[in-house]
This record gives sequence, C-alpha cells and structure tokens, in this order.
Amino acid sequence: MALTNEIIKNRLVEKFGDVLTAWGEPYGMLTFTAPKEMNLRIIQFLFDDEELQFRFLTDLQAVHYPDNKGAQLAVVYHLHNLRDNVRIRFKVFTDIQNPDVFSATAVFAGANWMERETYDFYGVNFVGHPNLIRVLNVDEMDYFPMRKEYPVEEQTRVDKDDEMFGR
Amino acid sequence: MRPVQYNNTVKFAGIPEGYMGEGYMATNFEKVVSLARKNSIWPLPFATSCCGIEFMATAASHYDIARFGSERMSFSPRQCDLLMVMGTIAKKMGPIVKQVYLQMAEPRWVLAMGACACSGGIFDSYSVLQGIDQIIPVDVYIPGCPPRPEAVLDGVMKIQELVNAEGLRRRNSDQYRELMESYGIQ
Amino acid sequence: MSDHILLPEGSLEKQTTTLNLGPTHPATHGVFQNILEMDGERILKATSTVGYIHRAFEKIAERKPLYQITPLTDRLNYCSSPINNMGWHITCEKLLGLSLPKRVDYLRVIIMELARISDHLICNSIVGVDTGAFTGFLYVMQYRELIYEIYEEICGSRLTTNIGRIGGFERNFTNAAFEKLEKFLAEYPKTLKEFDNLLRRNRIFMERTIGCGPISGERALNYGFTGPNLRAAGVDYDVRVHTPYSSYEDFNFTVPVGTTGDCYDRFLVRQDEMWQSIEIIKQAYQKVQEFKGAEAKVYHANAPAWYLPEKKDVYTKMEALIYHFKIVMGETEMPVGEVYQSVEGGNGELGFYLISDGGRTPYRLHFRRPCFIYYQAYPELIKGSMLSDAIITMSSLNLIAGELDA
Repeated sequence: MALTNEIIKNRLVEKFGDVLTAWGEPYGMLTFTAPKEMNLRIIQFLFDDEELQFRFLTDLQAVHYPDNKGAQLAVVYHLHNLRDNVRIRFKVFTDIQNPDVFSATAVFAGANWMERETYDFYGVNFVGHPNLIRVLNVDEMDYFPMRKEYPVEEQTRVDKDDEMFGR
Repeated sequence: MRPVQYNNTVKFAGIPEGYMGEGYMATNFEKVVSLARKNSIWPLPFATSCCGIEFMATAASHYDIARFGSERMSFSPRQCDLLMVMGTIAKKMGPIVKQVYLQMAEPRWVLAMGACACSGGIFDSYSVLQGIDQIIPVDVYIPGCPPRPEAVLDGVMKIQELVNAEGLRRRNSDQYRELMESYGIQ
Repeated sequence: MSDHILLPEGSLEKQTTTLNLGPTHPATHGVFQNILEMDGERILKATSTVGYIHRAFEKIAERKPLYQITPLTDRLNYCSSPINNMGWHITCEKLLGLSLPKRVDYLRVIIMELARISDHLICNSIVGVDTGAFTGFLYVMQYRELIYEIYEEICGSRLTTNIGRIGGFERNFTNAAFEKLEKFLAEYPKTLKEFDNLLRRNRIFMERTIGCGPISGERALNYGFTGPNLRAAGVDYDVRVHTPYSSYEDFNFTVPVGTTGDCYDRFLVRQDEMWQSIEIIKQAYQKVQEFKGAEAKVYHANAPAWYLPEKKDVYTKMEALIYHFKIVMGETEMPVGEVYQSVEGGNGELGFYLISDGGRTPYRLHFRRPCFIYYQAYPELIKGSMLSDAIITMSSLNLIAGELDA
C-alpha cells in the first residue's frame, strides 16, 4: 500500500499526540509544526520507523517572523522518503531571546553545515552541534544578517544615491 | 595535395625606429622594452565566479588569448605581469586579493573583468566588495556580466596600449608613489 | 607516521605539517580553502572553509519581485544556468498554479539537457586537466561554444542566460536555433566519442582515479549527496525520474549508476549522462517537430497576469500595456503559501523553497544547493589520501563556487 499523507499523519499523531499542530498540505507536501524540544525525537522516529523511513534530509533552514511574539524564528526541515518517494516538511518555532534547538547532526551527517548556515544567518543555537561557527560570512561579523531588521545593502557605500536607487 | 594556405592577416610587430647598420641597431631603449613587454603579458587569472568560465572560453581555441602573448597563465603572483580579477570579490576574499597584489613584482597591471569586479555588479549586498578599486589600483575595467570574450580581448589590447605607452620611469615616480599610498601600499 | 624508521621523540619527522590549500590555487577550481594537516605527502586531517564568494542571494531575493530573481538564480551554478532559471520558473508556476503546454515543456527539456551537457563537459575535462590531459579540455570547449550559440539565438546571452519567463519562453525558437541544434547533434557525438576514447580506458587515468576519494552509498545518503556524486556511489536517485517536472516522464532514458563512488565512477557517470542527454535531446527535438500549424507557434502558457506580453503588443494594444505595467511594478495578485520544488541540476537536487506572503517580493526564498551539502563530506573523502589525489577528488566532485556560497 502506498504511503500517503493520511497514513503518515496518523502514525505521527498516534506516536506524539496533540503536540503536533498546524497540519496542512500546501501543494501536496504534508506540513506540521512541533514544539522545539521534540524535534530530535520526531526526526529519529521518522528515520527509524520501518514504514515511514524518512532517511534523507533534503533541507534545513530558518525563517524569521518578527511579529510572532515568542516564536520569531522557525527552523524548517524537509525530509524525503526515497523508497516511496514522499516528502514531508516540519517546522519548530523558537523564541529569538533563547534560540536553542537540538541539533540533527546525530541523525544526519549532512545537517552539519546546514545548521552552521542557519546559525550564521539567523543566530539559531543548535545544541549538540560539534562545531557551531559561521560558515559563509566573515568570522568577525557580530550580527545575524538574514534577520528582517538588517538591510541588504552595503552601508558604507558613498557613491550610490539612495533616491535614484529606490532604497 | 592540400593547397597551401598563407595566413596573411597576421600583423607583425614592427621594429622600432632607429639607426641600423651592419650588425648593429641603435634605438630608444624604452621602445624595445615596451615592445617586448606588451607582446608577452603573462596574466594571473584570479577567477572567482562566472567570469572565470568566460575567461576559460577566451583562453580556449575559439577566442584564443595566446595570440596576444598570454600563452602561459602564471598562477604564481611572483611571476606574472597582469592580475586579471574575474568575478565577484566578497569581503572575505578582499585581504587575499590585496595579498596577491602585494606579492606581484613591478611592473604590474590590474584588469577588473566583469561588473562585479568593477563595481560590485548586481550584488549590492553587505558581503560583497563593491569594486576591487576599493583595495587595489585598477588599470582597465571590462564591464559586462559576463563580458563577451571579444570584450575581454579588447581589454587585453587596452592593457597592451598602456604597457606600450608607459615608459621605464613611471614606477619610481612621485605620482605612482602617491597612488600606492592612497591605497595603503608601500 | 614513518613507523618503520626508529626516530627519537620530538624529531621533525614525527610532526605533522600544516598546509594551506588556499582560496587562490590553480587547481581548486573556485575559491575554497582547505587547511590540511599532513604527514609528508599524506593528509591526516582537513578543515574546509567556504564563503569566499558569499553574495547573499537569499537576502537580495527578499527585495526583488519574481522576475528579477531569475538573474540571481543564473549565478548559482553558472556552468548550467538554464537549469537554474527553469527550476525557478517551475517553482513560480507551481506557486501560481500555472500549467504549461507540452511544446513549451519539450523546448525546456532541450535547453536543460544542453545545459547539463555543458556542465558535465567542464567537469570531466577539468578532471582530465588535473590528471595531466590538457588536450581533451581544448577539444571539448569548442562544443560548449556551439551550445552557447544555441542559447544566444533564444535569449541573447552566452553564460548567464536569464532564459525563459514564468510560463514559457520569451520568443519562439527560430529556424536558426533549430539548425544550430541539428548541427550540434550531428557533430557532438563524434567528439564525445573521441574524448571518451582518450580517457575511459586510459591506463594512466584509471590508475590515477580508481580508488581516489570513494564514498559508500549509505554514507553519501546520510550526508545528503544528490546528483552524479550520489549515483556514482550506487544510489539511483534522479529527480527527473522520481518527481518528474516539465514532462520528463514522456522521455525514455536510463540513469547511469556507479559502484564505489570514487573519482573514476564519477567521471564515468557524467560521461554516460552526457550520452543519455543526447538521446533525450533527440527525442525532444523529434517531439517538437511533430507539432504542426498553430500548435507549432506556441511558446508560452496563457497566463496574462504573469507572462510579460510581447513588445509589439505592448506598444499597440491597451490590455497588453496594462498587464505589462502591472507585472513590472508587481501589482499582480501573488498567492499566499509556501512551496518547495526541486529540479535535477548539474550537481544534483537543486531545490527552491519559496514562502510568499502576498507581497510583490518573496517573504523567504531559500536555495537548496547541492554543492554546499556534499562539500561537507570532502574532509572525510580525502582523509588518508595523498595531496594530488585530494586535488582530483575536488575537481571530480564538480564544485561550483557560486552554488556553494550563494
């Protein structure tokens, strides 16, 4: 029997119960939200379970929602079951003051740099990561550039006229 | 038998004016040195991104850059004449460009290829150096994103004109020293 | 360490050297730095640093409307930019719910496969150059010029193409484009065969590359490898077959798979993929030629809210002018939602995760870049090998700096 989104949802609800919220299927991909303490347990369950077998981490990144008080940073995981060709997305929200999330490097070796990139851009502190330092930006940078409050442009440039360039 | 083909579009570098006699020739030293320098420029391809691929196309057989004397791409800055900076230079890479420039021996020229090296290009962001002329003096700018190989060859020809017109004293002159100091280079 | 020689403690021979395989290096094709701890010629430990060409694509993309993001995607994997452009347009079409006519899909397939050939040609010829075979590179670059000419006929540009629109192409393929394509299909297989003969069973090449930087399928999957590097390790995951996009399900092709995942297998997988791409292009070209009459003139979907109207209509018809204005100024309705779409790029699964909040620019756009993800495994791949093998491993992984750092 093919693995459908219904079956996956039922298995997850059966194992974890009501803590998983915000179920949806935008454009066919099952999406849900989990509390941040459970993210490693959910990843491990999806990895180990014989029927679900989500053993490929496609993507790991974060989104900044400055208006959600208490849940400004969302870490989004995309997992893929290669055998049955099913994808799933789940999000964990964390407060920007204490952005600690458990690291997935124990399960997926590929999460190493993806988490470093997320730390570099958003400041999410992955607990249990072997080497959480900046990967893409300059090491001396002291702010997290992808957060919404920072501009994209180079600030020290003097020859670009802001009015003409529409900033 | 295959007919012989004479390549009569090749331009020979002319002998500079001077006094010729049996077994000797007297001419201006600068002219001879400039002629030799301009027709044997050894570039250092400092290729970081997409312009690097266009440079590879320029160096390949269709748009041969070797006919301008750049047969040997010197990858060591100590042995090259022309630093061709191709591609976006991020702020993380800036000190490295400066270091490579400092390792070059006089006379040295710099060519900024592509919009990113000239002025930051389409990447007006916090991590991109908005033009390498913020850190090193540039002689020729080649705009384009990426510039066509013909444009790159045009840039190399402009460098050749600069090399020809330079003379032997420029690198020791006061103006040059002032230029270097404005970039913080001794 | 040199165990068979008895050396006193603290002697120089018992210490490791630290070598900086720096960002500017002729053999690292792109700006990557590796700090290597070496025992003589053998590498004990490597640390990679990246980010020397970080251009903040994702942050820039939050400020640009959808059409202005296409030139940014060009510069991800710049050896095969049409695939990135098409992938982005397919993502936008998924968000907007557009469906495309078959002819557009087939034309897209032709362009994407040409881009794949172009990318694999660079990778394989550079692997040849790194092992000393420079001639292959020069012969093969000539055919990349032919591919560039085909792109020029359609979009005007050679390398960073910005090809296509949301909903199709900006202009129909001219007869000149099809003639150039036929010329390419006639001449290229011969050269590819020559290049194959030069390296495939070449004793020197085989001894250099076999056993160099191997990785097992399990480990590769755990790292998140995709594309030819994963297929060389034995796992046949190809996005074109698993989640077909742009009518790839209508084509008949095989996915080459290797066994040990070493440099030789990666070379062979890319060679075979180029042969398969030629087959796909031939099939797609034949299918395109089967459209007759009015259908042969279709080159875009009917989506006036998203597809920029033709210039001659903009100058003469009122509706087209209004739509042109609305699209360029970003006044058209963007749906709210999040979509993830991936395509098979030259290096693997290139994914676009787009979150839209209804405004004219994306709220968040993330590129799932295959190079970034598999480069993490590089220290593990070269551990214990010689320095020259590490260089060949790096070039056979086909690392493109633009895609790695985004």
